Amino acid sequence: MKQLTPSRKKLVNNSITYGIVIIAYIIIQILNAGGMISPAIQGQLVPICAYITMAISLNLVVGFSGELSLGHAGFMSVGAFSGVVVSLSLQQAIPSGPVRLAVAMLVGAVLAGLAGFIVGVPVLRLQGDYLAIVTLAFGEIIKNIINILYVGVDENGLRFSIANEMALGLGEGGRAILKGPMGVTTNVKLSSFTAGFILVLIALTVVLNLVNSRAGRAVMALRDNRIAAESVGIQVTKYKLMAFVTSAVLAGAAGALYAMNYSSIAAKKFDFNTSILVLVFVVLGGLGNIRGSIVAAAFLTVLPEFLRKLNLDQYRMLVYAIVLILVMLATNNESSRIFFSSLRQKLFGSFKRKGGAR
Amino acid sequence: MSLLSNLINGISLGSVYAIIALGYTMVYGIAKMLNFAHGDVIMVGAYICFFATQNFGLHPVVGALLAMVVCTALGVVIERLAYKPLRQAPSLAVLITAIGVSYFLQNSALLLWKSDPKVFPTFFSFPDKATGEMKTGISLFDGGLTITYVAIFTVLMCVIIMVGLTLFTGKTKMGKAMRACSEDKGAAQLMGIDVNFTISMTFAIGSALAAIAGVLLCSSYQTLMPTTGSLPGIKAFTAAVFGGIGSIPGAFLGGILLGVIEIFAKAFNTQISDAVVFAVLIVVLLVKPTGLLGKTIHEKV
Repeated sequence: MKQLTPSRKKLVNNSITYGIVIIAYIIIQILNAGGMISPAIQGQLVPICAYITMAISLNLVVGFSGELSLGHAGFMSVGAFSGVVVSLSLQQAIPSGPVRLAVAMLVGAVLAGLAGFIVGVPVLRLQGDYLAIVTLAFGEIIKNIINILYVGVDENGLRFSIANEMALGLGEGGRAILKGPMGVTTNVKLSSFTAGFILVLIALTVVLNLVNSRAGRAVMALRDNRIAAESVGIQVTKYKLMAFVTSAVLAGAAGALYAMNYSSIAAKKFDFNTSILVLVFVVLGGLGNIRGSIVAAAFLTVLPEFLRKLNLDQYRMLVYAIVLILVMLATNNESSRIFFSSLRQKLFGSFKRKGGAR
Repeated sequence: MSLLSNLINGISLGSVYAIIALGYTMVYGIAKMLNFAHGDVIMVGAYICFFATQNFGLHPVVGALLAMVVCTALGVVIERLAYKPLRQAPSLAVLITAIGVSYFLQNSALLLWKSDPKVFPTFFSFPDKATGEMKTGISLFDGGLTITYVAIFTVLMCVIIMVGLTLFTGKTKMGKAMRACSEDKGAAQLMGIDVNFTISMTFAIGSALAAIAGVLLCSSYQTLMPTTGSLPGIKAFTAAVFGGIGSIPGAFLGGILLGVIEIFAKAFNTQISDAVVFAVLIVVLLVKPTGLLGKTIHEKV
C-alpha cells in the first residue's frame, strides 16, 4: 500500500466516514421503499439519528477535549423542550412542517449552546472526576427545572410559570404547551429520517472540520498535556469552552429532532441514564473515533429491538448489560487484546493494523 | 419544632448517605475508579434482608448479617470478574464496565424479584414501658417532636462505622497496606504488599457497608424496588465528592451535610430538592475544587 501523507490520510479517513453514513442512508431508503424494514425498526430511525448526533457531539468533549461529561442529556433536554415550544407556538406563522422543524432545531441548538456556555464557564475550571460530578449535577438541575416549568402560548406571546397550569393566566384561545412533570402531551410530529440524516451530516461536518483545524489541534493539545499546551500560549478556557459549547449546540439540535418524533415527551426522558447511554456509545465506539461512535450508537439502539424480536424481551436489558461488560473486557484487557490481534493476523495475513479513524 | 425534626431527619438520611459514601470513597481511594455498581449492591443487600426476615422468618439482625455476607461475596466476585482484568485500562473503560455491572444487577433483580415495590418492615418498634403499645419512636415535648428509633440507630451505626474505619485504616496492618496502595501501587508491591488482595478487601468492606446502608435506608423509607439503590447511589457519590473523594471524614461530613440540605430543601419544595442539593454541590466545588476535606494535589510540570 502506498504511503499517504497525514493530511491526505485524514481526508481519506473522513471521506470513508461520510461515505458510510450516506451509503447507510441510501440502503435504508431503498429497503424502506421495498417495505423490508419492520415498523419497530422504522420507529427507531429518527432516535438512531438523534443518538448518533449525540454520540458525535459527546465524543468532541470526552474524546477530543478529554473531559468526562455525565450531563449531556441536559443539553439534549434544553434543545428538545425549546424546540417543541417554538414549533408549537409558530404553528400558524410557519405552516410548512420541514421549515418549522428546521427553525425548532435551530432555536433548540442556540439555547442549548447558551446553556452550554453558562455551564461551561464555571465547570471547565475543574478537572477530572470533579468536572464529571458537576456536569452530572447540572444535568440533574436542568431536568428538575424543566420538571416544574409550565409554558403556555396565547395571542400575547409565550407565558411562563413554575407553579401550575392556572398560574399561566392564558388568554382567549391560549393553550399550555409544557405542563411541568407531564411534559409536552400535544406535540405535532415533524421529524423524519431525512431530517435526521441531514443533522448527522451537519454534525459530522462541524466536528470533523473543527477537529482538523487549528482550534481542534489546540483542544487536543490541551487534552494530551495541559501544562505543556498552556506554556506555548494556548488559552485553556477558550478552547475547552469552544469544544464544550459546540458539543452542547449539536446536542440541542439532536434533542429537538428527538422530541419532534414523539407526540408526548417529558423531562424525565432526558435523565442521568440517557447521559450514560450516550457515554456508552462514545466509549464503546472508541474515544476520539467518530466513525466508531456512529456505528456504536446505531448498533446499540437497534440491539434491544433485535433482542425483542428474538423473544428475549424479558432478558434484553440483561443481555445488553452482559454485552457491554464483555465488550469492555475484550477490548481493554491486555491479554485479550493480544489474543485478538494475533487472531486478526492469522485471518488477514500480515496486513499492518490501520491507525484509528480521526 | 419542625426545624428540629427536619434537622433530625436530615442527619438520619445523611448518615445513610455517609455509610454509602464511605464505600465509594474507599474504593476510589485505592482502585481509583468510580464504582457505579455500588448503589445496586445496596439494593441487593436490602432484598436479601427482606427475604431473610419475611420468607424465612429470621431475626432482623441475622437478616442484616446475612445481607452483609452476601454483599461482601458479591462485591469481591464483581471485582474479580469485571474490574480486575481492567487494572491497566483507562479509567473511562472501567467506568463503563461499572455501569454495565450496575445495569446487570438491576436487571437481574428485576427478573428475580419482579418490579413491584416490596413493603419493607419496620424492625425498630419496641413496646412502651408504661402502656405496652408498640412504638416506633420517642415522643418529646408532648408529641411535638418524634425521633424514630431507626433514625437514632442509623446515626449511631454511622458514627460507629466511621470511627471503626478510621481506626482500621490508621492502626491495623491491613489499613496500612490500603493507604500504601492508594499512594502508589507499584511501590506498595515492591514492599511486599499483596495489591490484589488489598483491593479485594476494600471491595469487601465497601460492599458490607453497602448492605448495612441498604437495610437502614429501607427501614426508614420502607419501599424496595430493583431501582431503589440507584438514586441514593448517585447522591452518595455526590456526597463523597462534596466532602473530598478519598477522605473518610470527608465522606462522613459530605453525607451528613447532603442529607440535611436535602431534607430542608424538601420541606421548602419537594420537586426541586434534588436541584438544590446539586446546586450547593456546584457552589462548594467552585469555591473549593477538591471538596471540603479533599487533599490538594500539586501538579508537577
